[in-house]
Amino acid sequence: MKRYTDMEYLRLPKGRKLLYKIAAFFCAIPRALKNGALGIVRAIGNFFRSIGLEFADIFKTFVNGDWKTKLSFFVMGFGNIARGQILRGLLFLLFEAAFIFYMIFAGAKWLSMLPSLGKVGPHEVYNAVLDTHTTEYGDNSFKILLYGVLTVFFIVAFIYTWRVNIKQNKIAEQILKSGKPLKSGKDDLRSLVDDSFHRTLLALPLTGILIFTVMPIVFMILVAFTNYSGSNDGYFNSLFTWVGLENFNTVLSWNGSGGVYSATFGEVLTWTLIWAFFATFTNYFLGMFVAMMINKKGIRLKKVWRTILVLTIAIPQFISLLYVSKMFDKNGIVNGLLKDLGIIDHVIDFWGSTAHDAILPRVMVIVINIWIGIPYLMLIATGILMNIPADLYESAKIDGASGWKQFSKITLPYMLFITGPYLLTSFTGNMNNFNVIYLLTGGNPINNAASSAAGSVGYTDLLITWLFKITTTTGTKYYMASVIGILVFIVVALISLVVYNVLPSIKNEEDFQ
Amino acid sequence: MNYYATVNNTLEFIKENALIVGIIAAFCVVAITVGMWKVFQKAGKHPWMAVIPFARDYTLTEIGSTGLIGVLAYVILPILGIINLNGIRYFYDLNKGASKPIYAILFVLGTIFLAIALFFHVLSSIKLSNAFEKGTGFLIGLILLPPVFLLILGLDQSKYVRSVSTSLGLKASRAISNTLIYIVLVIMAIIWLVPFVCIVLQSFRTESTWSVGYVLPKQWGFQNYVDLWNSNFKRWYLNTFIIALIVAALQTIIVLCMSYTLSRFRFKLRKGLMQFMLILGMFPGMLTMIILYRVLKDLGLTESHAVPGLVLVYIASSGMGYYVSKGFFDTIPKSLDEAARVDGATRAQVLYKIILPLAKPIVIYTILTAFMAPWGDFVFAKYVSFEDPVGMNVAVGLWKWLTPDMINQRYTMFCAGGVIVAIPVAVLFMCLQKYYVEGVTGGAVKG
Repeated sequence: MKRYTDMEYLRLPKGRKLLYKIAAFFCAIPRALKNGALGIVRAIGNFFRSIGLEFADIFKTFVNGDWKTKLSFFVMGFGNIARGQILRGLLFLLFEAAFIFYMIFAGAKWLSMLPSLGKVGPHEVYNAVLDTHTTEYGDNSFKILLYGVLTVFFIVAFIYTWRVNIKQNKIAEQILKSGKPLKSGKDDLRSLVDDSFHRTLLALPLTGILIFTVMPIVFMILVAFTNYSGSNDGYFNSLFTWVGLENFNTVLSWNGSGGVYSATFGEVLTWTLIWAFFATFTNYFLGMFVAMMINKKGIRLKKVWRTILVLTIAIPQFISLLYVSKMFDKNGIVNGLLKDLGIIDHVIDFWGSTAHDAILPRVMVIVINIWIGIPYLMLIATGILMNIPADLYESAKIDGASGWKQFSKITLPYMLFITGPYLLTSFTGNMNNFNVIYLLTGGNPINNAASSAAGSVGYTDLLITWLFKITTTTGTKYYMASVIGILVFIVVALISLVVYNVLPSIKNEEDFQ
Repeated sequence: MNYYATVNNTLEFIKENALIVGIIAAFCVVAITVGMWKVFQKAGKHPWMAVIPFARDYTLTEIGSTGLIGVLAYVILPILGIINLNGIRYFYDLNKGASKPIYAILFVLGTIFLAIALFFHVLSSIKLSNAFEKGTGFLIGLILLPPVFLLILGLDQSKYVRSVSTSLGLKASRAISNTLIYIVLVIMAIIWLVPFVCIVLQSFRTESTWSVGYVLPKQWGFQNYVDLWNSNFKRWYLNTFIIALIVAALQTIIVLCMSYTLSRFRFKLRKGLMQFMLILGMFPGMLTMIILYRVLKDLGLTESHAVPGLVLVYIASSGMGYYVSKGFFDTIPKSLDEAARVDGATRAQVLYKIILPLAKPIVIYTILTAFMAPWGDFVFAKYVSFEDPVGMNVAVGLWKWLTPDMINQRYTMFCAGGVIVAIPVAVLFMCLQKYYVEGVTGGAVKG
């Protein structure tokens, strides 16, 4: 692609300018991808380099340190206690004791079973007393995987703490050498509300995130490499095991038994992207339009209009969504009214029942999403529009710019600049917009061709509702759900990466300030 | 009464003399098309625009330079006028038998729209005759008999004058655009209110319990609310209320801790932590549900004991939603902290004594959103409660009432339940709307 200088660009005719901009956007994508990839490679390089440095530092500390430090390598916190920092030392010691205790009595067992995910499944045992066969349960793959992951977490935490312990010894030695006193336990406690107050504040939130988000996500990523499902539940029916990349092959290969899955995935992904595009941009522009109408000079009752629109935010979404979905039902109010008015003779099946009328439900969810989304955008746009300097408009008026010119040259660029990041998050948010789809259509109309193999999937299903259905309907192929979850993550991450690299508000941050 | 009779007679007349009416209509269509074709040629527009339905009206208004307003008048309002025709027809039909108020409403609305359409027709006629420098007589003709006079305008010797100095000043044109905005706003207000009005009306319907195609109940009563009181709804409502209260309290504390720290402290892993949470947020949250369910089940916190389980799930990861309040804390000047620190306050004292009083709007915003979220949560509640009758929240319970095997007995009760759930939440929201708007706009601006 030929690159123009700024002067050349300004001299281009209008249509060419637009084409050039579009071409430039797409040309920037490979570069953005390349930059992203390079960044990752560089980050990995840095990571290994810093690990090397750490090892070197540990080694040096051991060689140069005194006997207290050397002993601390094996008995954590010894150096602290020996130097008078009893509280810290005790905490280290306690942690080490807990770790060793856990590893001996539980951790080692879970860790050793992690590669196989259990050997003894449920089996029939002859019961001599009752003279019958009863089922005896063996290992629990789910627990093995869960506690295996927890044990790995624990080991990592231990290694980190061990490293901190060594570092502290080194620092303590240095401080003592320079003749200053060490911090006492009292000082440590005080620093928790002062210098290291951030540790106190972050402790609770981060623990929650670690246990309820990070751990489950790691677990579910691992599940994608197993055959964990309703029938292979790991305890009652049969064990589950590692299957390697088989599940990814099923979803991504275009032949064999996976063909249905990959075709369905392609279809659902396409619709998800279409939906996210329309749901984001229709709301964005219409919301902005409504905000401009309400904010226009001379319009009275501004508060009333806003309040009426904001009702859809104030009332819990599930009520309005469920009710609206019933309003457009075959025997709902809308059909009844249209019939009474003589506009239609036969009821319109807004939600569709066969593959033929898949278009109407798709349009309907987008339209109803406009109804839901305009108020949010109106609120946001109102706030931003009020911040646009009024003198911009005045000078434009003096130069004879029409209303449309003012909008396209002042309002729109300003809005886009400010709300660029918001557009991105709302796009990815819409990709995962479970409530609107599930409560309005439930993903229907059903896609019969795909449903037999890929769990009951419909034409309005997004990836996220499909994922939900896979985990709840018959078969409950959890492994498939987590494969799809991972793919959703990859799509979202890719889009975010590209957009962040191209977005003007990040590239030239000072433009509008 | 005579008015409706006249309408009916006209309809009858058209039916009887279909041939003549058809010929006249055809003449009108041809005359208007030809006239416009010529007029467009004179004004230097694309003449074939005359055969494209809406583009043609747009071009006409462009010549008269009525602009966007004219387009709205020509394109949108006639469509709305059609509603009026139906309104008249049915009003007349039903005048003989039972009457329904909805038709009266439609009739009135449609008449207003038609009147406005007429107004714009007159307006654009004025502009058009001005643009061709015609007299008042011609103007009246153009208003009353558009087909004939458009044809004349196209075929005679008159020339298009580009400078249109109309009698309509800036004030008038603003009045017109404001009128149009009001019309759009009224229509929007109706569209936005209709579902909520309907749900309230249907909650008082006692003649049947299933979904019906009319809005106004035939028999009014409080039966649905009484039934609601005797059902499990009470329990769901209490569940949700308890969850919402606890979540509002704990989530606010967690979010504030997180956002304050990330805004004010510069520690080693800060950037990395924020990026890590950004990446975490890209995983669909639903993935974690499967394992959380199994874990909660082992702890005995699912099904009938779902309430503590749900509280745990909601608050545990709430630290990830720190963006909005962090943006707010960023706007509080750091010099305040520094001044206090110089005076000997610890970091904790700075937070309690200086920052928190200033952060009242964002605290209220956080409480409000945290309180409202559990009322609408559906996925986790459905999964964790496993549709157990005493463990559900209102969202799952009411959703269940609309599943195909229950809807016929529970539809009106759903409406009543929806009203009972919506009123307190909506009232609370409306009272604290100011803070919500601040939070939402602040959050969006900062990304």
